[in-house]
Amino acid sequence: MNNRLIHWFKYASPQSFYPLAGKLWPWFAAAGATFAAAGLWISFFVAPTDAQQGEGYRIIFVHVPASWMSMFIYLVMAAWAGIGLALNTRLSGMMASALAPTGALFAALSLWTGALWGKPMWGAWWVWDARLTSELILLFLYLGFLALQAAIDDPRRADKAGALLALVGVVNVPIIYFSVKWWNTLHQGASVSLTKAPAMAHTMLWGMLLMALAFWMYAIAAALARVRCIILEREGHSAWAKHELE
Amino acid sequence: MGGYAFYVWGSFGVTALAFVVEPLLIRKRRRDILRTLRREREAEEAEEMNA
Amino acid sequence: MKRISTIAVLAAVVRRDLTIALRQKSEVLTTLFFFVIVASLFPLGIGPEAALLRRIAPGILWVGALLAAMLSLQRLFAADYADGSLEQMLLSPAPLGVLVAGKILAHWLLAGLPLVLMAPVLGLQFDLDGRGLAILALSLLLGTPILSLVGAIGAALTLGVRGGGVLLSLLILPLYIPVLIFGAGAVEADAAGLSAAGHLSLLAAMLTLAAFFAPWVTTAALRIGLE
Repeated sequence: MNNRLIHWFKYASPQSFYPLAGKLWPWFAAAGATFAAAGLWISFFVAPTDAQQGEGYRIIFVHVPASWMSMFIYLVMAAWAGIGLALNTRLSGMMASALAPTGALFAALSLWTGALWGKPMWGAWWVWDARLTSELILLFLYLGFLALQAAIDDPRRADKAGALLALVGVVNVPIIYFSVKWWNTLHQGASVSLTKAPAMAHTMLWGMLLMALAFWMYAIAAALARVRCIILEREGHSAWAKHELE
Repeated sequence: MGGYAFYVWGSFGVTALAFVVEPLLIRKRRRDILRTLRREREAEEAEEMNA
Repeated sequence: MKRISTIAVLAAVVRRDLTIALRQKSEVLTTLFFFVIVASLFPLGIGPEAALLRRIAPGILWVGALLAAMLSLQRLFAADYADGSLEQMLLSPAPLGVLVAGKILAHWLLAGLPLVLMAPVLGLQFDLDGRGLAILALSLLLGTPILSLVGAIGAALTLGVRGGGVLLSLLILPLYIPVLIFGAGAVEADAAGLSAAGHLSLLAAMLTLAAFFAPWVTTAALRIGLE
């Protein structure tokens, strides 16, 4: 093993990751704020009024990024979970646990904004659109993960059990999405689709991308801040942590 | 907002709110654990002095 | 040491679980009666109009079966965990995967198969025709094993955990949704004059996947819970 490898693996221990996370998260928060400023500017001042949906369509600038992030975070969470199970590293499990609440938040925001978009457009607070329904099930998967970890006292067992659940979940997400899509087309025929937006103006796409980046930076910052709490909760009695108390 | 004000601000508003509340909750979690650890350390030190 | 065949181990585990369960027949019958009661609740809540009942029957009977199967999952590992037999299984020379597969098979025989047999009778309450009843039974025959297999993962993860049954439901129900969609969908498709073959094939595919992976994942979950 050469020196550079050893240098990076050093951060796999919670003790060394703690100060690194502490230094990093403000940068990610700042990046998030910057992207958000750019994204919001485009959302409100650059993207044109939609021909069919008027000003109401602007909700996509938070709805779509929130959906993307909720799914992306679940993937990353499952990846950390898998690494933790395979390599038996403590920090990986902690990262998965740190990501989950933020992912669940994005899923909930996606549903909330979806409802607020659907009501003026299609007259109902909830349409059993394939994507919204899948998003709801994703929220259930997040909540299940959080509930399982909360119910198990031993942190190592909680990590591993949660990890297994996350992996089972991630394998099931395509199956669930496919079956909900099938169910939706069967029952609604020419269905209303919240994502059947007509050919998107470039500016709209840019707006969504910038907001998505903003959410991503925010998620990383939140996860890093939260993992520091988790590290303290688990390793708080060790010698190095005692220094942190100052 | 062309009549959609309630929905648009309801969406952006709640999203913004979430990005304020979640960090506050994380900060609270950090303060709680630090406080608990400090109390435990004080209790240990008190015990050592009495011992 | 004499090598015992996998089938023999499987048969032994199934025989053991069946014997234990049949000593207390009430547990098996409770699951069945739950199914019957739930299926009867819906018409009572909605109204006796035959056309409507015929339309909602597949969904209701499937949800009822799903809930009944889920309720019985608690018993899959709980008793063995409590009296230490589960630890013994972990230590035994027989592969844990086979033992687990045996327990899941026994669970299905006790909690899944009765539902398959009961469903056509309940289907009559909903005025389903003979063909609909047959498709219903077939969809449940393919689907209930999946419920037992996937449910076993949840039961293993929540071994001895606070919040037991309700937590198990929260974990398992999202994973049950595809089975529900295609199971009920098969009966609905047939009622609409379309072929149920697609739905049933997908159920069969899911069953194959679950049969391969669930015992293995369940063993991993048991090891996590028992170490």
